[in-house]
Amino acid sequence: MCADDVQKAPVLETRGLTKEFRGFTAVDDVNLQVQEGHIHALIGPNGAGKTTVFNLLTKFLSPTRGEILYRGKSITSMKSNEIARLGLVRSFQISAVFAHMTALENVRVALQRPLGTSFHFWKSESSLDHLNDRAMALLEEVGLGEYADTLTVEMPYGRKRALEVATTLALDPTMMLLDEPTQGMGAEDVDRIVALIKRVSKGRTVLMVEHNLSVVSRLCDRITVLARGAVLAEGDYDNVSRNPLVREAYMGSDAAEEDGTGKEGAAV
Amino acid sequence: MTQSQHEAIAAPSMVVERQRRAKQRRTLFYLALIAVGLVAPFLAYPVFLMKILCFALFACAFNLLLGYAGLLSFGHAAFLASGGYVTGYLLASYPGLTPELGIIAGTLSATLLGVLFGVLSIRRQGIYFAMVTLALAQLMFFVYIQAPFTGGEDGLHGVPRGELLGFINLSNNMAMYYFVFAIFLFGFALIQRTVNSPFGQVLKAIRENEPRAVSLGYNVDAYKLLAFVLSAAIAGLAGSTKTVVFQLASLTDAHWHMSGEVILMTLLGGVGTLLGPVMGASLVVSLQHLLAQSPLGNWVSVILGIIFVVCVLSFRSGIVGELAKMYRKNFK
Repeated sequence: MCADDVQKAPVLETRGLTKEFRGFTAVDDVNLQVQEGHIHALIGPNGAGKTTVFNLLTKFLSPTRGEILYRGKSITSMKSNEIARLGLVRSFQISAVFAHMTALENVRVALQRPLGTSFHFWKSESSLDHLNDRAMALLEEVGLGEYADTLTVEMPYGRKRALEVATTLALDPTMMLLDEPTQGMGAEDVDRIVALIKRVSKGRTVLMVEHNLSVVSRLCDRITVLARGAVLAEGDYDNVSRNPLVREAYMGSDAAEEDGTGKEGAAV
Repeated sequence: MTQSQHEAIAAPSMVVERQRRAKQRRTLFYLALIAVGLVAPFLAYPVFLMKILCFALFACAFNLLLGYAGLLSFGHAAFLASGGYVTGYLLASYPGLTPELGIIAGTLSATLLGVLFGVLSIRRQGIYFAMVTLALAQLMFFVYIQAPFTGGEDGLHGVPRGELLGFINLSNNMAMYYFVFAIFLFGFALIQRTVNSPFGQVLKAIRENEPRAVSLGYNVDAYKLLAFVLSAAIAGLAGSTKTVVFQLASLTDAHWHMSGEVILMTLLGGVGTLLGPVMGASLVVSLQHLLAQSPLGNWVSVILGIIFVVCVLSFRSGIVGELAKMYRKNFK
């Protein structure tokens, strides 16, 4: 699979992406290529710069140097919300939901944007009611139908993450960037989210930061390993997990965490 | 149609039904309140009631920003004062001008000032936003001391109430009251609609989780700016109306004390609830009125301060917020 894929133009590409915080280089000359239709994982020990890369890609941070290309076009100087409008939608490490809105309203806020009435403060909220069916269908898709009328703050953690996925799907993104989608979850919830990601990734490209290597091994087509802000290795799971550099970087930091999840042991 | 599709459509219709019933109850409740407002001037001194209504509208405007956009402005006095000064100056200088036109002009000037303040402050967050708005409002305070049309330290006195639409004489307190009541209802309804509009939904989303709203593609600064301008406009409307009622515009309205007082009213009544600011304003204005006549007259600020501290420590969501919680717990 590798030879073919690499020659295709990547959906998302970074060239020499660098971010410095007052002399400290958090992201160092990262060249990343994400292929169309792939589930691509970004892994690495704590502090490797994974989330910083995410924040750079979605312009929540501005890079010090380097370029970000989406479908061959530079998005380096775009604003976060403009990038989202291109179909590049991110999630967050801590579940990002609108706590004091119902699950249905959470999804509907995403659905209402293309209507172009979002500045209409004189219009009734009931002008959004025709979106309810679509919002409901999206909730059903992630198994949250029964929570439609529940305030999000009252939902269990795993369900909030599922709601986040439903909200993201509402935008029909071409590419999803998921920041540790299974973080802080029990084994049962992890399985549910893995199945969900697999299902919704059809016809989309996914780039995800993930700590749980069993999740990575089950989901991802390609893996990039970051350490100290730089790319340490790249390849499919078997290649990467055999790489001695990767083993070294991971020893001690993530071995313990792997034991905690109890799935497939520490594969790296 | 398959079973699951059926369910998918049945569930929201149930939600809609429940919402419809809640809406009915709310409508009845508001109708009752309007009835109270209509008979009130027969039971209490109309000028006192008008004062309450003006401050209630001011607090509602402030609450639109703090309660629904999550922005704490510490400079709202500037909008109240600008509305008041412009209306007062126009009505005093052009005797032919009817009061409603004066009020519209005052409101517009506060709106423009709101655009200016908003553009300068909206990118800052939290305490920095509050400080920028405070600084801008202080700037306006000095402008109003120096500017020739405000009467400086003396303010503008003897602003004529005039005749509404050219034929309703507003020097009659009853007529004036119903005019103010109508303005209040208009302002309140505008806020109610704004909060429950497509715009209100996005605003709520921004308040709940701003980065997420950005990641959904919303340009959050633009939404905040619109909320800020709406809030400034309604605060200006309150100030303009107040000037017509009391026939004066003074520096008291521009002072930062006023910005603080509106925060007090809103928090006391319940921030983020529609009726909270109305309750808070009624309470604060009534207390000031009662205390000013009692031997404790010099202690108004101290007593209000103590009430404020007790309120913030013991019932954080304010009077109306706590009542709503109780209602939800016991009747649902």
